[in-house]
Amino acid sequence: MADVAIPAAAARPRRRNALLAFCIAQPLGAAGAIAIIVMGAAAIFAERVAPYDPVAIDFGAMLAGPTVDHWFGTDAFGRDILTRVIYGARTALAIGFLSSFLGCTVGAVVGVASAYFGGRTDMVIQRIMDILLSFPIIVLALVVVAMLGRFLVLGVDLNLILAIAIPMLPRVARVVRSSALSIRELPYIDAARVQGFGHARIIFRHMVPNVAAPYLIMFTASIAQAILLEASLSFLGLGVTEPTPAWGLMLSGNASDFYREAPWMILFPGLAISVAVFAFNLFGDSLRDWLDPKFKV
Amino acid sequence: MSSIRILAGFAGAIALAIGGPALAQTPKRGGTLNFALSAETPHYDCHGSDTYATLHFASPFYSTLLTFDLPKYPGVKGDLAESWTISQDQKSYTFKLHKNVTFHDGKPLTSADVKATYDRLRNPPTGVVSTRKATFQDIVAIETPDAHTIVFKLKDINPAMMEHFASPWNCVYPAEKITADPQWPKTNILGSGPFKFVEHVKGSHVSGARNDKYFRQGQPYLDGFKGTFFSQSAAMLNALQGGQVLAEFRTISSADRDRLKQAMGDKIRIEESSWTLNLLVVFNTKKKPFDDVRVRRALNMAIDRWGGSQGLARTSALRHVGGLIRPGSPYAIDPKELEQIPGFQRDMAKARAEAKKLLAEAGVPNLKFVLHNRTIAQPYTPAGVFLVDQWRQIGVEVEHRQFETSPYLAGMSSGQFDVAIDFSNLFMDEPSLGLAKYVSSSKAPENRSGLESPEIDALIEKQSHIGDPTERIKVIRQVEKLILDSSHQVPLLWWHRIVATHTKLMGWEMSPSHNLGADLARVWINE
Repeated sequence: MADVAIPAAAARPRRRNALLAFCIAQPLGAAGAIAIIVMGAAAIFAERVAPYDPVAIDFGAMLAGPTVDHWFGTDAFGRDILTRVIYGARTALAIGFLSSFLGCTVGAVVGVASAYFGGRTDMVIQRIMDILLSFPIIVLALVVVAMLGRFLVLGVDLNLILAIAIPMLPRVARVVRSSALSIRELPYIDAARVQGFGHARIIFRHMVPNVAAPYLIMFTASIAQAILLEASLSFLGLGVTEPTPAWGLMLSGNASDFYREAPWMILFPGLAISVAVFAFNLFGDSLRDWLDPKFKV
Repeated sequence: MSSIRILAGFAGAIALAIGGPALAQTPKRGGTLNFALSAETPHYDCHGSDTYATLHFASPFYSTLLTFDLPKYPGVKGDLAESWTISQDQKSYTFKLHKNVTFHDGKPLTSADVKATYDRLRNPPTGVVSTRKATFQDIVAIETPDAHTIVFKLKDINPAMMEHFASPWNCVYPAEKITADPQWPKTNILGSGPFKFVEHVKGSHVSGARNDKYFRQGQPYLDGFKGTFFSQSAAMLNALQGGQVLAEFRTISSADRDRLKQAMGDKIRIEESSWTLNLLVVFNTKKKPFDDVRVRRALNMAIDRWGGSQGLARTSALRHVGGLIRPGSPYAIDPKELEQIPGFQRDMAKARAEAKKLLAEAGVPNLKFVLHNRTIAQPYTPAGVFLVDQWRQIGVEVEHRQFETSPYLAGMSSGQFDVAIDFSNLFMDEPSLGLAKYVSSSKAPENRSGLESPEIDALIEKQSHIGDPTERIKVIRQVEKLILDSSHQVPLLWWHRIVATHTKLMGWEMSPSHNLGADLARVWINE
């Protein structure tokens, strides 16, 4: 019974043409995707593509402007900024992907469960979401990161990921819930209930897969937000710490002292953040247009 | 000739470039001083603190027995003490106190309060931390013949005793309060200083109002003050530039100095001085593998201090290479002699090869550890970045973790660290004061390495009683070499102080220590 009509799947184009069709229909989204792929490749192969060691100090090259040796110039420790921007992609994407995945996945499950159970459960969950939504994203993240401190595993701060994921949760839960509310009323859900399937099976097997489209859209949009949030927290000294290369961190500390003499210290990390956020937003918007049947009319 | 006199004679050697507020002008009364604080005190107890964050916060509320006469630094003058005499054998110090001093609750301040304060400093009750405990170990008895006379009896001659009595950390507390609850000053403020405590909003500000019953006629000049906490130096500089605050009394970087000069022109006053402050690398000798002297020595030898001093001086407050005593001061080690000590050598290729060999011998060729550091940008962050880079060059992997002042200090005090960037926060160049940090941890809580060394303790004790400077220097060199060889805590670099104040701020006096002159009693606003 579970294999009966899945609206989103029905609207999906044939797999072999999907990529090409997406590029033709959504050229801006394709451009965003290419930028994301380039950033991803830079992050994965940073050791091979970066010209220098990201944390190696060279006092002889302190605050040097862009040259053939240092395309993006150097910072107050003589570290190559291009190298640090490349390695910074690793930090941004790792934290962006992990926190978005966590926030969106938990948010989706909460949203579906809220819609499925309805009644008092729905009311309680939604009021909790209202409370979380009442805090500005950055304030909520600041509170969480200040309360939890740092918990590093393999160089990744899990508490920072949690701090970024928590503000995303209610937003995703709210969007997913609205999709799940309509799915809940479909006959195959009734049929599953009649057959005696448990709540967990109905939620995870029959409802969650059918909210994949809004989930995917929220996920890509959240990555951009997570990158921006990570950069903001690092800028405020609550995210990644020196000497780890991270775009937000590159904008703070010595950069704020020397931005007049060495504007490249803030220009390139700032550009990296802008391009990353723009790319994910373009891709996310295009994906929404591509996946949502309402936009195809 | 006592070392005090020698120190006074060398006062000119202290590189003060004081533009100097115009003290000759008649101070104007009134106004509220808004100034910036770059760190928030972990508690209110001067006796148990060694961070300036406590002094810049609490000094306006308290008095001390003596105080430093900043225009004549390192000369001292009376604060609560109106006059004093030193016995012929230099083992008895008698102070006459001002008679019109009251605490902010209206109760009179007497010799009993001073005695209780110094008893707490030299022999703190169980659970109370006194980071000045080692400093006052020469005091064997304190007598109070009357309410306004106090006599300190010493077991031996201590050439630095007057400077110790002038320490800004010796806030005088009410005997009644600290007898009833020895921990009382950690969370309460009740002094006899120029300002009364108004409020402390954590993370925001501290404020004080003029003590109209202050014992110095006419002082303070200000109606009150508000010290606002700034964790970001950029925000603090913007506030200074915009006139929201008139000063930050600790330091700014040379880049910030240039920026302020350019932006504010003749509205900003810049004063510079060498600084009685250094950063230290401290190894937790209670933890493996830092209990092994070979590991500590290897890590010490990997640091290129001479190269680092040139680079870091351009972008941070770190500047001077030195041993345990401030470079340029009378008892400092000669640079040529210093270069012969492991960790201060100039041939870094050779030193790093030796360091790798030592690590291999100690069985930790691929050493990994966490570097415990403070979140204050200047100069803790540059120091941390520098050290991580230096240790990577001998194959050591370091994770750099930075903490706010309170957890940073708590982590070090409780031994919850591998290697830490600590600080030696002095208020004068007296060797006994500087060396107090290297006394065994059980006797000196400010020694966070956990190392116990009766040999080092004995030498530090010995030098403190030698009146002849030449003889004293010999013992100081001996103990300095012993400490640097042991490498349980080693100086990284000494600081350079740059203070920027608005030109309408008057009466504040610059010194080589940011711990001094923080009571604001003579500060006024010229508008």
